[in-house]
Amino acid sequence: MKFNSFKFKSVLVAGTFFAMLSLVSCGGGGGSTSGSDSTSNSGDDNTLIGAGSSFDNPLFSKQFSEYNKANGQKVNYQSVGSGAGISQLTNKTVDFGASDAPMNGKQDSALSAPAIHIPVTAGAVVLSYNLPEVKDTLQLSPEVLADIFLGKITKWNDAKIAAVNKNVKLPATTIVIAHRSDGSGTSNIFTTYLSKVSDEWSTKVGKGSSVNWPVGLGGKGNEGVAGLVKQTPGAIGYIELAYAIQNSMPYAKVQNKAGNFITPSIASVTAAANIQIPADTKVSLTNTEAADGYPISGFSWIIIYKEQKYNGRSLDRATKLLKLISWMIHDGQQFSSALNYAPLSPAAVSAGDAILKSATYDGKPILQ
Amino acid sequence: MDASVEKDMITRSEPLRVINSSPGAISKAKARTKRSWRQIRTESVFKRTLTIMGLVMIILVLGILLTLIVQSLPSIKSLGIKYLWSKVWDPVQDIYGAWPFLLGTLLSSFLALIISIPFSVSIAIFLGEYHPKGWLPNFLKNAVELIAAIPSVIFGFWGLAVLVPMVRILEIHLGVEPIGVGIFSSSLILSIMIIPYAASLGRSMITMVPSHLKEAAYGLGATRWEVIRSVVLPYTRSGLFAGILLSLGRALGETMAVTMVIGNTSLIPKNIFAPGNTMASVIANEFTEADKPVYVSALIELGLVLFLVTVVINIIGKKIIDRFTND
Repeated sequence: MKFNSFKFKSVLVAGTFFAMLSLVSCGGGGGSTSGSDSTSNSGDDNTLIGAGSSFDNPLFSKQFSEYNKANGQKVNYQSVGSGAGISQLTNKTVDFGASDAPMNGKQDSALSAPAIHIPVTAGAVVLSYNLPEVKDTLQLSPEVLADIFLGKITKWNDAKIAAVNKNVKLPATTIVIAHRSDGSGTSNIFTTYLSKVSDEWSTKVGKGSSVNWPVGLGGKGNEGVAGLVKQTPGAIGYIELAYAIQNSMPYAKVQNKAGNFITPSIASVTAAANIQIPADTKVSLTNTEAADGYPISGFSWIIIYKEQKYNGRSLDRATKLLKLISWMIHDGQQFSSALNYAPLSPAAVSAGDAILKSATYDGKPILQ
Repeated sequence: MDASVEKDMITRSEPLRVINSSPGAISKAKARTKRSWRQIRTESVFKRTLTIMGLVMIILVLGILLTLIVQSLPSIKSLGIKYLWSKVWDPVQDIYGAWPFLLGTLLSSFLALIISIPFSVSIAIFLGEYHPKGWLPNFLKNAVELIAAIPSVIFGFWGLAVLVPMVRILEIHLGVEPIGVGIFSSSLILSIMIIPYAASLGRSMITMVPSHLKEAAYGLGATRWEVIRSVVLPYTRSGLFAGILLSLGRALGETMAVTMVIGNTSLIPKNIFAPGNTMASVIANEFTEADKPVYVSALIELGLVLFLVTVVINIIGKKIIDRFTND
């Protein structure tokens, strides 16, 4: 009986906590109830606040701590996911958002003022597989990849796979597909790539951070997909390059637009970004034109308002923010390789510089 | 004897009346009045606190319901009632149907309940009737309670690392697609997680069966099994059922452990070994990156449906308990 009453109490407490939590999260999700000017009153004036992509988080943590050491500027970054970062920027609760995908039309129209995208790093999505019998690195062409994820190729010894892996003896194992179950920038890059290389994928499934997968199992996070791939014989799944390197998982070479089979690496991702970059930098690196670039790569962006005078922000704060971003795309890049991020290509840095200079305070440019 | 006592009392009461007017007595009496006034105040403050706490709970539950309804209005408006039974969940094309997840939630929860009932009832009878005291029952009791305290992500991890490979071996023997993860694996994990709820409630109910009833049955020559079957179980069935209902509620809302082993696909499960998804797991997976207003709203509506399913199951359960208690 004693246990019972204790239990009841703990259930009550847990219930209340959960209830509050759900109230809070619902309020945040809707966006309509969030405060409008918490930038000015959250924390001390010297701390810049950002939110968004969890992919960027390890790099940002390193960069921001180094920047704080050098310039005494604190940055508070919340790794809440790209979509949530964009909605926080929309609600003006942060100084900058970070996203693995450029803002789409609907997100753009929800903004009260135009925003600019600055590429800060690049990442790649690799295809990891579990075929203990296969000792050589598997090669995949775009057509084969799309057919596998559409569920049209179901066995590893299918003639189409064999055609691009001439010297490899493939087993008759059934292909088990693993994809991300949570909405993620990784899925976005991968489905954007598949939409570009396959018309059928584009019309049937499309691109997005969550899509309606025709076949396969979902795993939560990179670790979820990696767990499924490691455990299931015959499995293939897509994960971030950094995660695959850190966990020494096998990953396939993918044929790029120029016809070369490219091993995903930091160098081949940087190479993929060395292309003509449009002025707004909102370019997808997937299926890159670069001959030595890995085709399933993508930028990650920092997003800020073009006009920095809003909600009573000071010129000082706006200048600090722009200096930070400028440092990130120049000096900050030296920390990329050690953390398995691809440093920005020269083309990306100069595009970033140009767009940073377009940011204004009260109509006047901030950086000279 | 009686007279002397009475006399004694009278003599004692005499001086009291005299002291009544002395300054010391007055201040004592005042203090007593003060104390009783303070007691009354404490009493009413305590009562008020209880009422407020109770009201806060009611407001919270209604607040959650209201938030869910308001936030899911955009999705209700654009998708209508067919949201409940449409089978496609496609965020890219803004097509949302809750049916695969509704099915997955109910299937995994009820399967888990069916697997867990024999265990929880056995544990309740063992601890409540056969061995209420001793080191082994104590150990068992603590172990069962500990299961309720383990964070669900640990169950999920254990499920993925240990249970899923075992299920895969079973699937190879049964000749179904050997993927390991799926509805069956998540039901197994859930069944372990919900055992403590039914078991501990059942145990305390069984220990509360009046001993004269059991003694009377033993006196009539009943064996232990007969006593349990015809005295203990009928006497405690509403309590046992309440425990099972509590565990079902837990199974319906469980998120983390399920999402790690269920396979997370929006396709309708073909059999119990097929991968599926539950409503709680979809919300946890997709909420952070939901980038369109209708998408967010559809996910919140999923939460509303889960809320209503839980309420409906609870109401049905209460009705069944009432019927048990009445006869």
